[in-house]
Formats: sequence, C-alpha cells, structure tokens
Amino acid sequence: MTDTSAATRARVAATLKRRYRTERIFRGLGLAAVVLSLLALATLLTDVVGKGYSAFRQTYITLEITLDPAALDPTGQRDPAELLRSDTQTPLRDALRNRFPDVTSTADRRALYQLLSPSAPFILAQAVADDPSLLGRTFRFAALANDEVDTLIKGSISRDVPEDQRRITDKQIAWIDQMVEAGDITTPFNWAFFTGGDSRDPESAGILGAAVGSALTLAVALVLSFPLAVAAAIYLEEFAPDNRWTYLIEVNINNLAAVPSIIFGLLGLAVFLNFFGLPRSAPLVGGLVLALMTLPVIIIAARGAINAVPPSIREAAMGIGASPIQVVFHHVAPLALPGIMTGTIIGMARALGETAPLLMIGMVAFIVDVPRGVTDAATVLPVQIFLWADSSERAFVERTAAATLVLLGFLLLMNATAVYLRRRFEVRY
Amino acid sequence: MSATFLLLVLAVLTALAYAYGRARAMALAPAKSTGANKLHSLPAQHGALVALWAAIPAGIALLAWTLLAPTFGTDSEATLGSWLRAAAVVAIGVAGVAYAASRITPTLRARNHVEVVVRGLLFLASAVAVLTTLGIVLSLLFESLRFFALVPPQDFLFGLTWSPQTAIRADQVGSSGQFGAVPVFTGTLLISAIAMAVAAPIGLMAAIWMAEYADERVRTTVKPILEILAGVPTVVYGFFAALTVAPIIKAVGQALGLEVASESALAAGAVMGIMILPFVASISDDVIRAVPIALRHGSMALGATKSETIRRVVFPAALPGIVGGLLLAVSRAIGETMIVVMAAGLTARLSANPLDAVTTVTVQIVGLLTGDQEFDSAKTLSAFALGLVLFFVTLILNVIALQVVRRYREAYD
Repeated sequence: MTDTSAATRARVAATLKRRYRTERIFRGLGLAAVVLSLLALATLLTDVVGKGYSAFRQTYITLEITLDPAALDPTGQRDPAELLRSDTQTPLRDALRNRFPDVTSTADRRALYQLLSPSAPFILAQAVADDPSLLGRTFRFAALANDEVDTLIKGSISRDVPEDQRRITDKQIAWIDQMVEAGDITTPFNWAFFTGGDSRDPESAGILGAAVGSALTLAVALVLSFPLAVAAAIYLEEFAPDNRWTYLIEVNINNLAAVPSIIFGLLGLAVFLNFFGLPRSAPLVGGLVLALMTLPVIIIAARGAINAVPPSIREAAMGIGASPIQVVFHHVAPLALPGIMTGTIIGMARALGETAPLLMIGMVAFIVDVPRGVTDAATVLPVQIFLWADSSERAFVERTAAATLVLLGFLLLMNATAVYLRRRFEVRY
Repeated sequence: MSATFLLLVLAVLTALAYAYGRARAMALAPAKSTGANKLHSLPAQHGALVALWAAIPAGIALLAWTLLAPTFGTDSEATLGSWLRAAAVVAIGVAGVAYAASRITPTLRARNHVEVVVRGLLFLASAVAVLTTLGIVLSLLFESLRFFALVPPQDFLFGLTWSPQTAIRADQVGSSGQFGAVPVFTGTLLISAIAMAVAAPIGLMAAIWMAEYADERVRTTVKPILEILAGVPTVVYGFFAALTVAPIIKAVGQALGLEVASESALAAGAVMGIMILPFVASISDDVIRAVPIALRHGSMALGATKSETIRRVVFPAALPGIVGGLLLAVSRAIGETMIVVMAAGLTARLSANPLDAVTTVTVQIVGLLTGDQEFDSAKTLSAFALGLVLFFVTLILNVIALQVVRRYREAYD
C-alpha cells in the first residue's frame, strides 16, 4: 500500500512542474484573448475619434468685403428672395484680389479663387438676405474655405509630399501661410455640420438631413413594431394554446431574429416597392422594413418581461373577478412595461445602426434637402457614413468619422437609457 | 382624399363612436338606489364595442379598396376614385356605429364581445411573424424562378464564371452575361473562414477565462465592455476595415515582399472576426457556465489542475453548445453585408489566397440592386437568386444551431 502510494506520489511530483506550467500558459492565453478583444475595441474607438474630431472645426477665411448695392440689388427692393439669387461670387473674388494685389495672371487668380468653397457665395447671399443693411457697406466676412485648405490647416495634408501628388499647389500654400500669419484664418466650431444636408463639397456637407431621415425611419418602425410586438408577446405568453400553430409561430420568430438583414431589404424591395408601389428612398418603406426586422427582437424581450411577472399577480386579479383580458391589460402588461421598454430601446438602437436593408430600398440616393415627411426621399445616418466613406475627397474621411461619432453617441444614449430604465424600474418578486 | 387623411377621419369616427356608445349605455344605466335595469357590462365596454364596429368594417373596406382598386383599373389617387372610396369607407363606418348602437341593451354582453375581438387581434399580431417569413420566401422564390427561366439553375449553382454585366445592345459580344455563382460562394466562404479563424479561438479563450478564472468584479466590468463591440454598427466596422486595416495589411504585405490587393479578403475577414467575437464569447460563456459545478468538483477531486479540468471535462461537456454557437456565428458571417461591401472586392475570382480581392454573396446583391433598376433583366433578378441561396443556407445553419443549443441545455437542466 505505502509503496504504491509513494510511487504514485513520485510520478505525480515528476510531472507536476510541467502541469503547473501548462496551467499558467492556459490561463495566460485566456487573459491574452480578453486583452486582445479589449484592445480591438480601443483601437476601433481611438481610430474613429482620431480621424473624426477635426471635423468639428471648420476653416474660414476672413476677407474685407464690399457689397455694391447696384450690382447685387439692381431693383432696390431689398427682396430676400431676389437677394438670395444675387451674384455674390464677384464681391468675394474682388476681396481675394484686393487681399493679394500682386496676383495678376489668370491661372494664378483661378488658383486663388479656389481657396474658397463653391458654397461660400451662397452663404454670403444668405447673410445678405437675412440682413440687407449689409449692402453698400465694407465689412469683414468669414468665408467658408475649400476642403483642401481645410485639410491643410488641420494638418492632414503633409507639406513634404511632392507638389504634383497633392491637390493644393505650393503657391496656394504660400497664400494660406500669409493669411495664417495675418490671423485671417479661423477655425471655429463647425455648426454647419449639424445644420446642413448632404453636399458634394465636403466642407459644406452636414448630417442634419441624414439625422432627420433616421428619426423619421425609426419613428415609423417604432409605431409599427411596438404595438405588434407587445400584442404578439401577450398572445404567446398568456393565451396561446399549446399546439402546432403556436409552435410554428415560435419557431418563426426565433428564425427571423437570425435572418441576415439584407434579406429583409430584398423583401422590402420585392413587396413594398415593386408589389405595393410605395415610393423609393422613403423613410416610410425604411421604417416598414426595420419594423419587420426588430419585431422578433422586441417580441423575445417582451415575452421575457411578461414571463417574469409572478403568477400571484394574475391569481389575485382573477380572484376579484377580472376576466383574462382584464388581468393582462390591467395588471400584467403594466408591470412588464419597463422590461418591454428596455427591449424596445435595444431593438431600436439596432435598427438605428442598420444599413444593408436600406441600401436595397434605395435610401442610398444623394439627397441634399432635409426630408419633411415619411414619403420624402431621405437617407439615414449609417447610409450617410457609407456614402461618405466611398467618396474620394480626403476631407470626407474626417466627416465620415465625425458622423460615426454622432451615430455612436446616439447609440450610447439609447443603451444608457435602457440600462437606466432597467435599474430604475426593475422589480424583484 | 389621400389614404393618410382618410385614416385620420376613421380614427376620429372611432373616437366619436366610443363616446357615443358610452353615453348610450350610461343613459340606460339604472338609478343607483333601485338597482333595477342593471347593465351586464360597464359603459366603457359598450363604448369600446361600438368603436370596434366603427373601425373594423370600415378599415377592412379601406384596405380592400386600396389593394384591389389598381387591378380594376381605377386609380385610387384620382379624384373621383378617392372620393368614392372615402364615401364608401365613411358610410360603412357610420353604418357599423348605427348597428352597434342599436343593439345596446342592459343585457348585452359587450365585454365578452370586445374581448373576443381583442383576443383575435392579439393572435393576428403574432401571425405577422409567420407572414413575414412567408413574404420573404415567396418574394425570393418568385423572382428567382423568373431568373431561372433565363439562366438554368445548374449554370448558376455550378458555373465558374461570374460576370453579370449584361450588354446594352442585344447583338453585343457577351450580351448574355455569365451567372456561374461558384466564385461568389467560394469568396463568401473564404472571408467567413478568416472571420471564424479570428473569432473562434479568441472568443472561446476569452469566454473560458471569464467563466472560469476571472473573479466576479472583473467579469462584471469586462463583459459589458465586450458587449459594446457587439453594439457597434457594422458600417463603422466597414469604415475601419476599408480605411485603417486594409492599408495596414497592404503595407505590411509589401514590406514582406508579398502582393496584397488593396481590398484583400484578409482585411474584411479579420474585421468581421472582431465583429462576431463578442457573439462567440457571449454564447460560449453561457454554455460553459451551464456545465454543472459537480463535474468540475469531481475532476478536481481526482487531482486535476484547473486547466486540465477545463480542457478534459468542462470543454467536452460544453462542446455541443459551443458548436451550436459557432454555427450561429458562421451564419452571421455569411450574411454580414456592410463590412464586405466596404472592404471586399466586387469582381468575382476563384481564389483561396486571403491576400487576393474576392467578392461575396452580399456584396453582389448590393452591387446588383443599388445601380439601375430594370426588373426583367437577368442581372437584377440574379440578386434574388443569390438572396434565396443566402436565406436557405443561413436558415439551415440557424435551425441546426438552435436545435443543438436547445437539446444541450435540456441535458443539464
């Protein structure tokens, strides 16, 4: 007896060192995996923030502008609609020429004019329309700079790159440096990014149109999916008989939750657009598709919440004579509501980040106007990110990242609300 | 009169019907002292019944008219047609109210009637899920059949060349386009395999560490942070893959003297792996924690170290669940769209080299349907055939995975 146990102990002791080493390695691998995952998240976030924060500032060139009333408002009516259409390009160009009087050749002048954004005249016209007293005065006006100037000021273009490999010439850089020295270049907070629609020019492209499109789409999705999902969950938890039809519904819901989102887009294209003839690119159709997509998510969450309401509540209500419908609508559903709301918010957050199905129903169109209703052509935030990421202009990179930051901000807000609701209203029975 | 406005009118009519029915029932109600003429149902329930009679027949009429009108050749947006529709709908609604109101008596079992209807509506709501599946299957099948009338199924499933560009003129060379989907399928498999090669080991090891080694405090902080990764929209991953990871991989490859496409499968696959990583970790974590503690204690009592217990006892016991979770992850990878649309290639190429640019089913669907929209060309219809394949493959994976996970859970409950 003692011999064998001693032999066994010897055998164990001989391998113990190796086994402990394996143990340490295995544990290290696990820790490494977690650290690697966290690192991936950190890299992703710092990459987006690093690329995007600069878009929250925008470069403007301050110019001494003289507005000639005779040229801009020949009728003298001071009619805002007329003033909006007036030729504000000439005073901007005159101001640039006055700023650099030694630039005389046509080619150089053209290069000089290119420092300003093509949208700068429109902004000036808007300013004049808002305040016609500017006419006939000489004042300092911060004109929107071109995207190339913007990226140079923000340091995204390296000056060491050979001239023929960048879209801004040495001469232009020299002019910009001169203006920087004079303090004529400012980079205030980029409000236009939050108040403008999409544009071909990166410097005047904003996310308001996409944000409103997202809001409209989500509103349609919420109005459709919330009542349907709650009703379906109530039916399945409280009334469904245990038969094959109920089983079929349950299997369907579980499978729909795992169907690739792009398939829902194909459904929307084939059924809502081609069969019912609903308008393309409309938040209405986007909302319909997203509602079908989020339906299973909300149903599953709502069923969990309803299931968590203890039977004693139902029995007490029954005991004082409530009918089954009254038991559910007066007692069970209100108690399950916080849980249902949490699930709904999480489902909506997912819908907010969804892109692929919306590409199928034409929400990828280039749309400048902010949509006003659910049947207007619109795009949504994630699709806007996709469109900008595809653009060749370098200045769109920072805007893509900035739009991503805004989207992530919204998602964070929604998920934080869900967590708050859960903590605040969670009842333990 | 537009459908939206008519719906509004109908809503107002329903509200009025409720108030009217409630008032009628109230008028019938007895004096409190005598108790004679006692109502069976509450006045509000009578009101609800009248409101249902206002809304449901008129709603059905509106729906039927709007759906059927185009087939009869009358445009419902045309003035005459839309006014006729409005008149018919409102008339039916008013008739419903009149009928229901005329039936109000103290003995009318209004509550029971209302509850039958409410139960019916609840059932209909749950049937929407079945209708959605039916809609998906029918629309995909219908358009695919039209595609297979133009291109034989065997050419589609087994053909080796994919170039869906149909020519503008019929007599042009190669005007038919070629629809051999094999290179598209292999591209999808390649990218999914890369994604799984990243997600499976890291996700599994992370899950094991969190379930077996991490103390509760670390667990409760690390797990939600990892779930952030799952909540990041896929378009953000696509942006990250296309603008950050792909250039890095290309630069590293070139430094090593390798030829790397700028839209390499490796970049898309690796980032997709990061995307499904938290999914794998979360499912594996659940499954591993479901293994009964008694199995661990038994193994440790025999003198096994913790890692030996995990590798030889816990892992085999959890294997079916883990496999189910991995299948679900594969199904996600195959159906993932935005990462590959932004970071993978568009041209189909038969290649198993992760440094090449390959295309996937989802990329092709997006590419074929976001451009021009002529609905009879084989080019557009082929997207639906690809969609059908995608739907069935993911469906089969999901069904198997859900079955495996469920059976496994039952075994230890």
